[in-house]
Amino acid sequence: MPVIRDELMQVRASDDIVRVRQMVRALAVELGFGLVDQTKIVTAASELARNTLDYGLGGTTLMEVLEENSRIGLRITFEDNGPGIADIDLAMTDGYTSGRGLGLGLSGAKRLSNEFTIESRVGEGTRIAITRWKGR
Amino acid sequence: MERIPILKMGRYLLVTVQVDMHDRLAMTLQDDLTNQIVEHKARAVLIDISTLEIVDSFIGRMLANIAAMSRVLDAMTVVVGMQPSVAITLVELGLSLKGVYTALNVEKGMEFLTTSLSGEDGADAGNTG
Repeated sequence: MPVIRDELMQVRASDDIVRVRQMVRALAVELGFGLVDQTKIVTAASELARNTLDYGLGGTTLMEVLEENSRIGLRITFEDNGPGIADIDLAMTDGYTSGRGLGLGLSGAKRLSNEFTIESRVGEGTRIAITRWKGR
Repeated sequence: MERIPILKMGRYLLVTVQVDMHDRLAMTLQDDLTNQIVEHKARAVLIDISTLEIVDSFIGRMLANIAAMSRVLDAMTVVVGMQPSVAITLVELGLSLKGVYTALNVEKGMEFLTTSLSGEDGADAGNTG
């Protein structure tokens, strides 16, 4: 899938979550996403950036503008080298948390995206990618 | 330290969130409000989020916590002005803000509080007791 542009950001502190939100918003606006779509992808990114920080002990956020069959999408990949997730199905369950959150981050981010992939290895880290296509 | 201002108006506390809140700022607001409810014997808290472009689970949890803490301290909380796109996203995220009173705007929120607290001595916003 052709990537026509990308931006990489570090997620090391809680201020970085705000920066990720602002960058995702700016890209979504620039690509012409509607307001509801913008809000959904920014909210999903906020959840996952916080997970990268709180559970992954920091990592990176890669934002990519995709073009496929003349449609435009925004893919955001969150990667960390943290402890990983032992039971992904459990982690994806609404209301389940291993920390102090509400347990909506992963499942909520999935609902707010058109595509969602998660890969994790215990002791190595986690990579989560979400994509939202324009006008779907 | 950066803080969100809390205005005292009679027995009400008013907060307008006008910045993209980072997590620490949200926690500080929660603590400040709880302290000020006690300090001013406030009967209600009105939080205007009309300029917030997103509410994620962290901010949602903060709003629910503020409502719960103020209830325990015998004060009501009403959240006003949520943008439609934020409301749509919040529900899809899985957060329904159970237990948090909401109103469309500041005016409706004040009406709601005045009605709810009517009959109480000095509950009017204009009365500094």
